Amino acid sequence: MKVENAKKFGMVIDLDKCTGCGTCMVACMAENNVPFREDDTDKLLSVAWMRVYRLSNGKAFPDTEECFFPRPCQHCEGSHGHSPCVSVCPATATDYDMETGIVSQIYTRCFGCRYCMAACPYHVRQFNWWDPVWPDGMEKSLNPNVSVRMRGVVEKCSFCIHRYQLAKEKAYMEGRRELEENEYQTACTQACPAGAITFGDLNNPNHAVHQIAQPDNRHGGRPKNPMAFRLLERLGVNTKVYYLSSREWVRRAGDNYIEKEGKVKHA
Amino acid sequence: MDSALIPKGVKRCPTWQFLLWIGAVSGVLLWGVLAMILVYFKGLNQTNMNNAYGFALWIWADLAIIALGGGAFFTGFLRYIVGKDELKNIVNFAVLVGFYCYVSALMILGFDIGQPLRGWFIFWHANVHSMLTEVAFCLTCYLGVLTIEYVPMILENRQIDKVPFFHNLSHNMHEIMAVFAATGAFLSFFHQGSLGGVPGVLFARPFGFREGVFVWPWTFFLFTWSAAACGPCFTILVTKVTEKMARKKLVKDNVIELLAKISGWMLATYITAKIIDTIYWAVVTAPSKGFTFMDFYSNNSGSWYGLWILIAEIGVCGIVPAAILITDKGRKTQATLWLAVILAVVGVCLNRWVMVLQVLAIPVLTFESWNLYFPSWQEVATTLLPVALGIISISISYRYLPIFPQELELNPPDSPVKEVAEAEPELQEEPPEAPMGEPEPAKA
Repeated sequence: MKVENAKKFGMVIDLDKCTGCGTCMVACMAENNVPFREDDTDKLLSVAWMRVYRLSNGKAFPDTEECFFPRPCQHCEGSHGHSPCVSVCPATATDYDMETGIVSQIYTRCFGCRYCMAACPYHVRQFNWWDPVWPDGMEKSLNPNVSVRMRGVVEKCSFCIHRYQLAKEKAYMEGRRELEENEYQTACTQACPAGAITFGDLNNPNHAVHQIAQPDNRHGGRPKNPMAFRLLERLGVNTKVYYLSSREWVRRAGDNYIEKEGKVKHA
Repeated sequence: MDSALIPKGVKRCPTWQFLLWIGAVSGVLLWGVLAMILVYFKGLNQTNMNNAYGFALWIWADLAIIALGGGAFFTGFLRYIVGKDELKNIVNFAVLVGFYCYVSALMILGFDIGQPLRGWFIFWHANVHSMLTEVAFCLTCYLGVLTIEYVPMILENRQIDKVPFFHNLSHNMHEIMAVFAATGAFLSFFHQGSLGGVPGVLFARPFGFREGVFVWPWTFFLFTWSAAACGPCFTILVTKVTEKMARKKLVKDNVIELLAKISGWMLATYITAKIIDTIYWAVVTAPSKGFTFMDFYSNNSGSWYGLWILIAEIGVCGIVPAAILITDKGRKTQATLWLAVILAVVGVCLNRWVMVLQVLAIPVLTFESWNLYFPSWQEVATTLLPVALGIISISISYRYLPIFPQELELNPPDSPVKEVAEAEPELQEEPPEAPMGEPEPAKA
């Protein structure tokens, strides 16, 4: 399906600026009513739409270098909207929106088969192994614009799509059809104290994300900016989260390379 | 006590012995029911699955059980479509085993979904691009077909058959059974294939992904092929186990050998295709995604997923049983026949394990490591629950239904059952209640 004037919301994360403070994770959890448990130490059982990885170049002191690597949902477009997770969901509980490029999740339709989790190589899709239990009084501070999820369904980063809906409603009330760049921003983007995250419409040449990443839509959205890269580009998943780094080893950490291509293993 | 229900002329063990056996298996069943209650009421946190291992023991069990149940569709296909008439003597049992395999698979799927009450969404909100949707539709339809194939067997029970309506219904259902066998074969080719498509379409998971034809990855065809090859081996294995437990011959050797021969050639051609697929994947597909062949078989603790698993699957459990079953001597020698069918069954189960669990175990992001998994007792118990149910149901079916058309011929009622007398002289078989009648004609 071809949509006229379709938007393609995406993100650029400058890894040289990220300090690993975790504010993006906290902001995301608060904004999206992400559940947590009293003991959330097992990260394979906990839910976090945004997760910050810690990478190392594997070299001994004094050549040791580290990089903090925030990982939201990559909102893969795949080929013609057939992102890895959307095409496998048997109940159409996840959808690729051709008008925004956002991969959504319909919690009340998901019946928890977890096929989408198996399909996603980024582990951005997480399962609610337990019903959410909020500390006393916290339920009053939940975001009313985001539904809480029950046990037994999959959830993931939505690029704060409820903010897009609110911004669209506001613009409509004001008689406008288009949004300004700053009218729709994700919680993590706004919370990042280092300004490492930029969000906007990759199809709009006036938006910062387009200018930084310089996506080449004739080649599946590959970045023309030599400092930019996408995670697991070689899989053909056609993601909408671009990363920036001036360091060669960090850029190479974004994908797999066989021996003759100089594969680098990271800790 | 229950001799009025036992088919005419055949001998069965005493009721107390039968109940003892059913009671022992029911112990496992109850253990499974306990785990099932925990899973349904407390949720999937009762398992050892996690966000990296969304698919685990249950999905493996589903795929493996359905592959093993493939004996039903392929034997039916050979009997009714290809016209291998000798197989009428084993097709009843193949259908019976297949039926309980599919019941087990659906039951396990019921545990496996996070919101069981929404299970019907797979039909209502069906996504036609998803292999699981195809699996759900074909599997459910095929279970319906297997039920239709199973019903005439139930109607042949001595007491039920006395009712003219049921007698005629059974007869008429037999008359049109070829139509259902053909439908079953058609559906099975698709759902066995779509189960292969489940890992094959995961284009962001380089271990599982395969190229293919149109929307079908090569695994689609390999899964159907392997189910057609190894399903009949499972039918033979369960027949042999039933014969051992009943301490008498139930199916003539020529029938077993024919099925074993066809299985052997199917296995030989399948394993050839599998080797070609593996080589192409290792040399072309995986490197195009940035992976070497050995990336998938190294650097995991304890070598859970070492090269040994590929050698075991293709070599030991593929080439060896195929080589045995395609030779006349291999099929005729009981020890090698047993070995071959066991290896083939293990091989197809190993293949399904690899295509489900190893796919998820391998890290795709360069900064992640292998994920290893061991099932919780609740997962094991709920997996054994339908197996126990299947054993009980097959035992009941064998006791009260004329499943094996050659049983009377092979075990005339007036001949002493020497093996039983020698092995357990204290166990006296109950005499048939009624005088022996004419043997029932073989019906499928």
